[in-house]
Amino acid sequence: MSEKSYRDAIRDAMIEEMDRDANVLIMGEDIGVYEGTFRITAGMLKKYGPKRVIDTPIAEAGMAGTAVGMAMLGLRPIVEMMTMNFAIVAADQILNHAAKIRYFSGGQVDVPVVIRGPQGAGVQLSAQHSQTFESFYGHFPGLKVVAPATPADAKGMLKTAIRGRDPVIFLESAALYGMKGEVPDDADFTVPFGESRVVREGGDVTVVSYSRMMQLSLSAAQRLSKDENIECEVVDLRTLRPLDLEPAYTSVTKTHRCVVVQEQWKPFGAAAEIAASITENVFDELDAPVERVTGEDVPMPYARNLELLATPHEEQVMNAVKRVMYRE
Amino acid sequence: MAKQETESAAAVIDAVCAPDWTEILRQMILVRRFEEATEREFRRGKIGGYLHVYIGQEAVASGIISALRKGDILFTGYRDHAHALMLGSDPGRVMAELFGKSTGISKGKGGSMHLFDVEHGFYGGYGIVGGHLTLATGAAYALRYQGTDRITVCYFGDGAMNIGPFHEAMNMAGLWGHEGMAPIIFIIENNGYAMGTSVERHSALTDLAARVRAYDIPSEKVDGQDVFAVRGVAERVIRQVRENGTPYCIEAVTYRFSGHGAADILQPYRSKEEVEQHKHRDPIVILRNRLSELCGLKDDDVKRMEDAAAEEVARALKFAEESPQPEADELYRDVVAE
Repeated sequence: MSEKSYRDAIRDAMIEEMDRDANVLIMGEDIGVYEGTFRITAGMLKKYGPKRVIDTPIAEAGMAGTAVGMAMLGLRPIVEMMTMNFAIVAADQILNHAAKIRYFSGGQVDVPVVIRGPQGAGVQLSAQHSQTFESFYGHFPGLKVVAPATPADAKGMLKTAIRGRDPVIFLESAALYGMKGEVPDDADFTVPFGESRVVREGGDVTVVSYSRMMQLSLSAAQRLSKDENIECEVVDLRTLRPLDLEPAYTSVTKTHRCVVVQEQWKPFGAAAEIAASITENVFDELDAPVERVTGEDVPMPYARNLELLATPHEEQVMNAVKRVMYRE
Repeated sequence: MAKQETESAAAVIDAVCAPDWTEILRQMILVRRFEEATEREFRRGKIGGYLHVYIGQEAVASGIISALRKGDILFTGYRDHAHALMLGSDPGRVMAELFGKSTGISKGKGGSMHLFDVEHGFYGGYGIVGGHLTLATGAAYALRYQGTDRITVCYFGDGAMNIGPFHEAMNMAGLWGHEGMAPIIFIIENNGYAMGTSVERHSALTDLAARVRAYDIPSEKVDGQDVFAVRGVAERVIRQVRENGTPYCIEAVTYRFSGHGAADILQPYRSKEEVEQHKHRDPIVILRNRLSELCGLKDDDVKRMEDAAAEEVARALKFAEESPQPEADELYRDVVAE
């Protein structure tokens, strides 16, 4: 084990996989000479050369689409989106092509492309640079959607993504890049998709989340334990598609109460899918309606005070937990 | 002097007749009869969804595809039956796909717009206009990256040239060509219309071949009704692209004799006279006449080809008709690998 930042974990995963397999390459805007907006790819151009570290024009459809074509021919391209907000420009390439080619070709081709980049609220990046996309991509069969909350998961799941046979949308939390955590050193350490896990045990309320909101939920759980004597069981989903809710169902069977936390907007968001699935599967176990904590239903404002109001915070999670316990 | 002239004329004829033109003619006739059959079967309700036939444009596919090597690969849009057949796909399995049967070339899950036959180098079959151009560009990069001299051919219509990914693909192909990493030939199938919108109404610059030069991709126009002309350009361009890893664009000026799709019955965007006038330049008739004049093709030879094509299409229809529908559990297969 070594202590690594979330950012370095992502970088290590790419370097290890590029060392392991000559078919792995990375492409994106300003990832080579400029060394990356978030410096995740710093030094990689020098190490691997321009055929494997490809600086592209500002052309998201171009880079996503060419990567899909490379993947169909047996390469394993990683596309770095400067931010996932820009990947909307490549929606046709990702949703109409990458996600469907295996199916409409009757399984004749693999499409092992990884589209990764940061998403979510930063600090005053305003409306076009602060969005989250897990429910957007999670809606589409044929994609895999990953949203790691820790450096170890970021590394292990990125390696799984690169070694897989399907298109993976790898959603990094920009706000977690600096976060540190223990990461296994083993070059073959991978984390499988579709395995949620309990990251904190507790008997009172189940809190289901992923990515940065999982870290926020953990902090809220610690405060509730200390200040209110409430023990939350926190479930980290890790992947949104495939979605493994078994640990959440098991937990709800124990706690009978559930709060789902997401950064994105409430309407049609991931929490709606999760809450509905919990209701469908363990309805009889519930002693209260499933609560959702989400971002406010507005485009992200610029002013710092408004931005903070638009984004979920610990107190909201704590209040929701108390509400499902009828203690508010 | 007279003898020399005769000898050189003979040499020209030998050169002209050198490619296996009868095979090319056979394929073009087969595709024509196949497409006519699909139109009938669509009207009979055997083929569903959308159906876009290639009638009138056959020389554009055959002139290029006949000059490719095994291992070369091809991407195209939704008017894709001819490309599959000319690459060597089994007509029965193509027809079965259109019938939505389990024996279809894409297991009945793609349909007319998504034919796929990777074994024969056919990488689809795409339904979003212009969407596949970036894929083809990336595929070309991959072929070079892997150290092969295989090339990619990417077909698209004139209508695809106005969508964003066209420009992104062209620019990246142009850039990658500077490094010898873009062995790709873009074929503009300029049939005069983006569905029902004429080139004059959809492209600010109507010289389509000129437009790609903005991306440092050399280009030329060719008469897409004349397979001799298409094949001639193809041989030269394929050699160059294979050798240098640089992109090239061929604008094949052609015309579709049928509607845009099977539902395009009224065709309010063009006159009957215009269609009739173009039918005088039928690529099959042009090739047949040329082969009769220069290469000794006999009417009997053509008759035999017609009969063989009719038989082949009948066999394809029978195979499609008798094949089973996909099993219900096929619904969930091939969504993801693992």
